[in-house]
Amino acid sequence: MAPLLHVEGLRVDIPTPMGMLHAVRGIDLEVAQGETLCLVGESGCGKSLTALALMTLLPQRALRGARRMDFGGRNLLAVGEREMSDLRGDRMAMIFQEPMTSLNPAYTIGDQLEEVLRRHRRAQPGEARERAVFLLEKVGITGAAGRLSQYPHQLSGGLRQRVMIAMALMCAPDLIIADEPTTALDVTIQAQILHLLKSLQQEFRMGMILITHDLGVVARVADRVAVMYAGEIVESATAQALFGAPRHPYTQGLLRCIPVPGKTPPGERLGVIPGLVPAPIGELSGCQFRNRCDHARADCAAPGPRFVQVRSDHAVRCVLAQ
Amino acid sequence: MSLLELAGVHRSFSVGGGLFGRKRLLQAVNGVSLTVARGEVLGLVGESGCGKSTLARILLGLLEPTGGEVLLDDRPLAAHGRREIARRIQPIFQDPYSSLNPRKTVGTIIGLPLEVQGRADAAARRRAVEDMMDQVGLARRLYHNYPNQLSGGQRQRVAIARAFVTRPEVVVCDEPTSALDVSVQSQILNLLQDLRREFDLTYVFISHNLAVVEHIATRVAVMYLGRIVEEADTRELFRAPRHPYTRALLDSVLTPEPGLGVPDTHLGAAYPNPLDPPPGCAFHPRCSMALPECRVTVPAAARDAAGGVACHLYVSSGDRLIRRPT
Repeated sequence: MAPLLHVEGLRVDIPTPMGMLHAVRGIDLEVAQGETLCLVGESGCGKSLTALALMTLLPQRALRGARRMDFGGRNLLAVGEREMSDLRGDRMAMIFQEPMTSLNPAYTIGDQLEEVLRRHRRAQPGEARERAVFLLEKVGITGAAGRLSQYPHQLSGGLRQRVMIAMALMCAPDLIIADEPTTALDVTIQAQILHLLKSLQQEFRMGMILITHDLGVVARVADRVAVMYAGEIVESATAQALFGAPRHPYTQGLLRCIPVPGKTPPGERLGVIPGLVPAPIGELSGCQFRNRCDHARADCAAPGPRFVQVRSDHAVRCVLAQ
Repeated sequence: MSLLELAGVHRSFSVGGGLFGRKRLLQAVNGVSLTVARGEVLGLVGESGCGKSTLARILLGLLEPTGGEVLLDDRPLAAHGRREIARRIQPIFQDPYSSLNPRKTVGTIIGLPLEVQGRADAAARRRAVEDMMDQVGLARRLYHNYPNQLSGGQRQRVAIARAFVTRPEVVVCDEPTSALDVSVQSQILNLLQDLRREFDLTYVFISHNLAVVEHIATRVAVMYLGRIVEEADTRELFRAPRHPYTRALLDSVLTPEPGLGVPDTHLGAAYPNPLDPPPGCAFHPRCSMALPECRVTVPAAARDAAGGVACHLYVSSGDRLIRRPT
């Protein structure tokens, strides 16, 4: 069966006064129905721009290119703005990090939820309202009917994020893209929201791309993981394979940086990755991680390295694996 | 002897009800008693709105408690004078973007506490600042740079250098690594550990990241809606949490272990509105083990050698705490 989302060679370039910023540099993605793909990486690695590129929501000056971008049997590269805005919110929906800025403060929760269904399904007010209440209850909001007349500022951060999730589910999309959906929330709420997202995903058989920098979230939520560095996917594997036997020095470094309860001896020094993330501006060649890598050698600067399949469920972009 | 002591500290805020609304009282800190011993790292954990940042500002002398007392060396904090408090207790805040003055250079920012203390002439100050920059891993060439020319990790190093330049005894770190990337977070945590050993410091370390707290703290206090609900040595607290809220917090930690899935915390109801706190134990609406009295009376803190807990499930018996059968 064809995957729900099939992307090859996705690029995002942004012109800056210092030269062209290659934010996303030719990445391949596949998401099947009911599958969760986690994009993980540090700030500036291109993970959020990847999400916006998939949704065709990039800032105006950003340039998108791809060899292939198929979603549910449709070629997104050939889709016009009008058809795209029919798809967004209907077949593919996005959950943003900061629910305070992504909900409109001037409209009630009910207005904003119901609008999705009225816009995409020309639903009657009563029908839209029914669906809104149903989903608010589904995401665990008590007294849902009464909440419809509330404004975003009257809700706590956790509730707002639940409203965002309910909004994304209004049309029962095939694909959900969630960009750091729990980063601003407390641990208890984070666990609740992720638990909810996973169970709703299984119930509705949605594909999900979850973007995060939190390796704990990745381990618990992902079916497959793609680790991004400087606009490229440097390692891609099932969650089991990635955490069990990480192959790329960057992935290995990241995993050493976080204290693991019960495993990292308290007070012991944590691992570090020396240096800084490079700004991918201008001509780039070779492995971008080589200046921070303990295993770097002369051929790391050569063009490539290729993305090599080390096992059936595990691929890595590193000369050590070639 | 405790270095810092909080004795029944309260802090309330009057929250405006808009143009015609009625002013209401928000109890941000509601009777907190806590000691900070010299040389320890006291971790303070809890969800947003539990009052941990208010407590931090009270410890720094930036906020007067509305009730109770803060003691430094067994003398009321206020009796020490602002300049002395600032010399001995220093903060590191969460957001290295808003906690540094964008119009001052790195050198000026780090040197300001020395200037305020009236210590040393300009040349000696510069030497002290440069020494501090070496120690926190900031290149000296950044002396004349502005904060907006630095990365998030570098800015947090500036904030740390500024906090340490007067050689304080206590550093209150309020979510010092929450805004940072994973690889930068580990650098900053290592730096804080190194500096503590080097300067023989005491930390109050506030964080919602329990893995980080377990790693760095020697003792942990758990806050819920303005009160300390549990307090124990780090190892003990993580090994055998007593308060149902502590247990729920620990259950919510997502360790990087695939295959375990996302835990169900069974914390049905949302965090209560601090303006309208539940009667009795503030945690009872979310607690799966709540007893009838939990709805009525606030549990008093009971202590034993391992620590303290404020929960009706535990009763003192001699010098031990016994869990009541339910």
